[in-house]
Amino acid sequence: MRKPDTLSDRIDRPWRKPPLIKSLWLRWALAIGAAAYLAAAVFSIEVNWLRVYEGLDRGAEFITSFARLDFVSRAGDIWSGMLESIIMTVTASVVGIAISIPIGLGAASNIAPLPIYLICRGVIAVSRALQEIIVAILLVAIFGFGPLAGFLTLSFATIGFLSKLLAEDIESMDKAQAEAIRATGSKWLQWINYGVQPQVIPRLVGLGMYRIDINFRESAVLGLVGAGGIGATLNTAFDRYEFDTAAAILVVIIGIVMALEYLSGVIRARVQ
Amino acid sequence: MLKIEKLVKTYKTGDKALKAVDMEVPRGQVVSLIGPSGAGKSTLIRCINRLVEPTSGKVWLGDVEISGLNAGALRRERRRMGMIFQEYALIERLTVMENVLSGRLGYVGFWRSFLRRYPQSDVNEAFRLLDRVGLLEMADKRADELSGGQRQRVGICRALIQNPALLLVDEPTASLDPKTSRQIMRLITELCAERKLAAIVNIHDVALAQMFVQRVIGLRFGAIEFDGLPTALTPEVLTAIYGEEDWQATIRKDGESGELSV
Repeated sequence: MRKPDTLSDRIDRPWRKPPLIKSLWLRWALAIGAAAYLAAAVFSIEVNWLRVYEGLDRGAEFITSFARLDFVSRAGDIWSGMLESIIMTVTASVVGIAISIPIGLGAASNIAPLPIYLICRGVIAVSRALQEIIVAILLVAIFGFGPLAGFLTLSFATIGFLSKLLAEDIESMDKAQAEAIRATGSKWLQWINYGVQPQVIPRLVGLGMYRIDINFRESAVLGLVGAGGIGATLNTAFDRYEFDTAAAILVVIIGIVMALEYLSGVIRARVQ
Repeated sequence: MLKIEKLVKTYKTGDKALKAVDMEVPRGQVVSLIGPSGAGKSTLIRCINRLVEPTSGKVWLGDVEISGLNAGALRRERRRMGMIFQEYALIERLTVMENVLSGRLGYVGFWRSFLRRYPQSDVNEAFRLLDRVGLLEMADKRADELSGGQRQRVGICRALIQNPALLLVDEPTASLDPKTSRQIMRLITELCAERKLAAIVNIHDVALAQMFVQRVIGLRFGAIEFDGLPTALTPEVLTAIYGEEDWQATIRKDGESGELSV
């Protein structure tokens, strides 16, 4: 097809936005391929409908148990589990964020020398590659059941999450501001404190709050593999078919997560 | 006072930003550096305080050779070279006072600067400078609350509190309206005269440069094309620097009262 280039070629002809994928056959191949994959995926799921039918009763029982929440009969377990989760969350977030800041600085390509950059990016990659549950299983095997394993798991996961996002924020900062501080003859730490930190603080606070939120939710899951916290209490309740207690625990978790969400909104609005 | 010898900068991409530039600026002289975009103006002033590392050549400030210093000595010499930036480059989220005091970072230790406990003499000087540029009552405002002209005046204070011998000024009026541009240029040249500072001012606006400086250097493709008095900028000279164009309207005519009453 000849490319219309003079005005008389283009005038009185409709104009369309050029397609994202230029080649016509590639465009269709991708579309057909995607549709075929979707169809294959749907038909290859094996569903045992009989088992689903049998399970409906238990599902219904669990859902209706939300109508008769039982905070009382296991109140002591719920309280101690919740306290353990909160302690795990707070300590892991504090330690994780404290370690993330130097690693985040080291992982920003615009301020760190190459060897340090590679090491810090390596730490981040390892932390992100290992899913929390896997780390928790490993740490429970090393340190035994209980919140210590949970605390270490969450600290480790926080490092991967926060350092990476902090480093990316530093990499996209305004160069001119940092340059201006360098031009005053500042030392490296002063340069970070004046030229870099003010630019990334709001994002760091926002991400830190978000991570506290995640750590609390994760602490509920980590109990399932023996790493302590409210998750352990929840697991026990399910094992004993005490669905009303389990529902009560879930309601408490939801309440705390919502409170954290609200709190982080308030804090982020204040730090701009 | 400032001496540049055969300064060459070749970027990694192969762009020759500066081709053996020689120049000398005596104490107290304000020089303006003109030339088209990409001529190497910004690179030249950044090679002086080594925000950009020169490829070869020498730079002297007084009797210190800047180009041969190690990192620590370079930091100490940078204190003697105040820099003023295009678009101000203030730290937006810090207060005006913190921005001004950041000019003292080269003189105070980390903990003092971290805790914002600057020596009283620095604090006094910061207030004096803010008063001089008419922003005393803005001291505790955040920098991003200020207008463009006000921000650039804070930038000037930050450079001056370093107690420099030389000002490096990169497009100080690039995003300002014509009247504010003149006010800023007047302020810079007045302060240089008061303090006997040499200054190199990169500027796009030829008429504005002619209005305020004692000497103009024209840069084209990384080489000096013109070096002389502002009155010597003829259409032929501008054509040599920028290329063919009708220059009559750009050049400030003799006898015309260039100064706006501000």
